[in-house]
Amino acid sequence: MEDTTKDYSHINGWGIDADPKNDPTYPMKRRTNEEHSGYSWERPPQQPINMEVLHSIERPNISAVFGTAMPPSGLSGMIRRFAFKHSENSYLHWLPLLLADRVNVVEGIIEDFKEGKAPNIFAEKGYPAEWKYEKGSLVTKMAVGAAVVGVAVLMFAGEKKRKKWFYNLMER
Amino acid sequence: MLAMNYRGPKRVRIDHKPMPEILHPEDAIVRVVRSCICGSDLHLYNGNVPDTRVGSTFGHEFVGVVEEIGPDVQKLKVGDKVIVPFNIACGKCAFCKQELYGNCHEANSQASAVGGIFGYSHTAGGYNGGQAEYVRVPYADVGPTVIPEGMDLDDAVMLTDVVPTGYQAAEMGGIQKGDTVVVFGAGPIGIMAAKCSWLFGAGRVIVIDKEEYRLEFARNYSQCEAYNFMEMDDPAVFVKKTTDWMGADVCIDAVGAEAAGNVLQTITGRKLLLQAGSATALHWAINSVKKGGIVSIVGVYGPTDNLVPIGNVVNKGITIRANQASVKRLLPRLIDHVMNGVIKPKQLITHRVPLEEVADAYRIFSDKLDNCIKPVLIPPSANM
Repeated sequence: MEDTTKDYSHINGWGIDADPKNDPTYPMKRRTNEEHSGYSWERPPQQPINMEVLHSIERPNISAVFGTAMPPSGLSGMIRRFAFKHSENSYLHWLPLLLADRVNVVEGIIEDFKEGKAPNIFAEKGYPAEWKYEKGSLVTKMAVGAAVVGVAVLMFAGEKKRKKWFYNLMER
Repeated sequence: MLAMNYRGPKRVRIDHKPMPEILHPEDAIVRVVRSCICGSDLHLYNGNVPDTRVGSTFGHEFVGVVEEIGPDVQKLKVGDKVIVPFNIACGKCAFCKQELYGNCHEANSQASAVGGIFGYSHTAGGYNGGQAEYVRVPYADVGPTVIPEGMDLDDAVMLTDVVPTGYQAAEMGGIQKGDTVVVFGAGPIGIMAAKCSWLFGAGRVIVIDKEEYRLEFARNYSQCEAYNFMEMDDPAVFVKKTTDWMGADVCIDAVGAEAAGNVLQTITGRKLLLQAGSATALHWAINSVKKGGIVSIVGVYGPTDNLVPIGNVVNKGITIRANQASVKRLLPRLIDHVMNGVIKPKQLITHRVPLEEVADAYRIFSDKLDNCIKPVLIPPSANM
C-alpha cells in the first residue's frame, strides 16, 4: 500500500474537512419519524394550474410549483400524453418521449417557417466557432454530409438517372 | 428579453422570448448577470435526455440580481445579488427536511425520481433556465443565497453547481485520511472533485481523462496526478497496478452519460439511446475500486432503461452514494472556503462569451475547441 505518512501541508486546506465519521461503508441514518407517515407534509400553496401539465403516474398530484416552459402540443404532445400513461419504470414511458423529441424538432422547423423565419442551421449548430478553431474537422464533416446526401439523391433518382450519372462519371 | 432557444440536437440559438412572470407567491424574478454552460447541458444539447422540448431555455448555473418578488417571499429583497442553486427545492417536503434539496418532491411533476432543475428538460420539471436575461426562480426563500460582499461574480456562479457538485462527490466518497482517490473525468466537476478530495484528507489523488489539455489543467489546478486512458491498455488494471494491486479506496464517476472509451457503450448508450447513456466511466469506477471501497457518482445519466437504472440511482440518491448536489446544504461551508482562498473556482473559467453567441459557445464547449474548460455567458443586460 502507498505511504500515508507523507506531508501534504503544501496543499492549501488539506484535511480541513476530514470527518472520520463520514464513512459510508458503515450504515448511517438521518431521518425523522414523520417520514413513516408518508406523503403528509404541509404542502406549499399550489401554483395555479392554468395549462396542461403532465405528471408522472408515480406521484398522486401535480407538484406545488411546476415549470411552464413548453406545454405539450401537436403530434409530439400526443406522443408525450401517451408516454405519461406509463410509469417511469417502463420503456413505454421513455422511448415515446425520445420519439416525441425528434418529432418536435420537425415541428420546430415548421413553426419557424410559419413565422416567416428560415432557421439558420449553420449558425445554430455553432459552425462559425468550429470554422474558427477546427477548420479541418468542419470541412470533413461537410464533405461526409454532402456524400451522404449525394448517395441518398442517387438512391431516389431512379434507375435511368443513376445509370446516366454513373456513365458520365466513368467517362470523365 | 433575450434567451437561449433549443431547436433540436446540436442546434441552439438566441431569440427574443416573453419576460418571465411571478406565477406562485414564493417566486422571484432574477436578472441574470452570469450563467454557465455545464457539461450536463451537453446531454440535453446532444438530444440524450428525454422530454427536452424544442423552444426550451437551458441553464442551471446562474447568478443575478433580484428584480421582483412574490407576496410570500420574506428573505430576499429587490436588488439583492444572489447565488441560485441549480436545484429547485420547497424546503418543506420529507426530502428537503433531510437536507436532500436535490430530491425535493414539490418541484417536479413530470418525474418522481429527479427533482426540479432549472433549464434541464421537462423530465426535470420543465423550467426555463438561466441562459437568458431574466429567469423565474421558484421557492425564492429556500435556494437563493445572497452573494457575500467582496465575492467575485465569477466565483459566485461556480457555487451554483460546479463547486458543490465536486465537493459533494468527494464528500460522498467518505474519504478517510490517506485514502487514494481516483476521479474519472477531467471536466470542471472532475477537476473540482479532485481539488476537494484534498480537503477531506486524501493521500493521493489521480484523475483519468482522454484530453491532454484537460489533464494538464487538472495537474495544475488540483495538484493531482493525471493520466490519459488512451495510453492505457485498461484503466482498471492501471489503477490496480498503481495501488499495489489493491484498487483505489474511493472512485468518483464525474463523467456520466457521454463517456468515451468503449465502442459498445458508445453505440448502445450514446448513439442508439437504448440505455441511460454510455456507462463506461461507471464500469471503470466499479472495477477500479478496492473491495469494501466506495464509488461516488455525480455524472449525470439519462432515465432510460439499461441493466440498472443508474440515472435514477443518481437522481434519487440511493446508496452506492450518488446524488445531485445538495447545493443549499453545502453553500455556507463552500462560501467560507472561497472567501478564505482555499478554493479558487473562477480559475476554471476559460471562456467568457456574450449570451448572443450562445450557439458558438455550445460548439466550443461540446467539441472541446480552443482548450475550453468552462464557458461563462454574459447577457447584455448584466451591466456588471
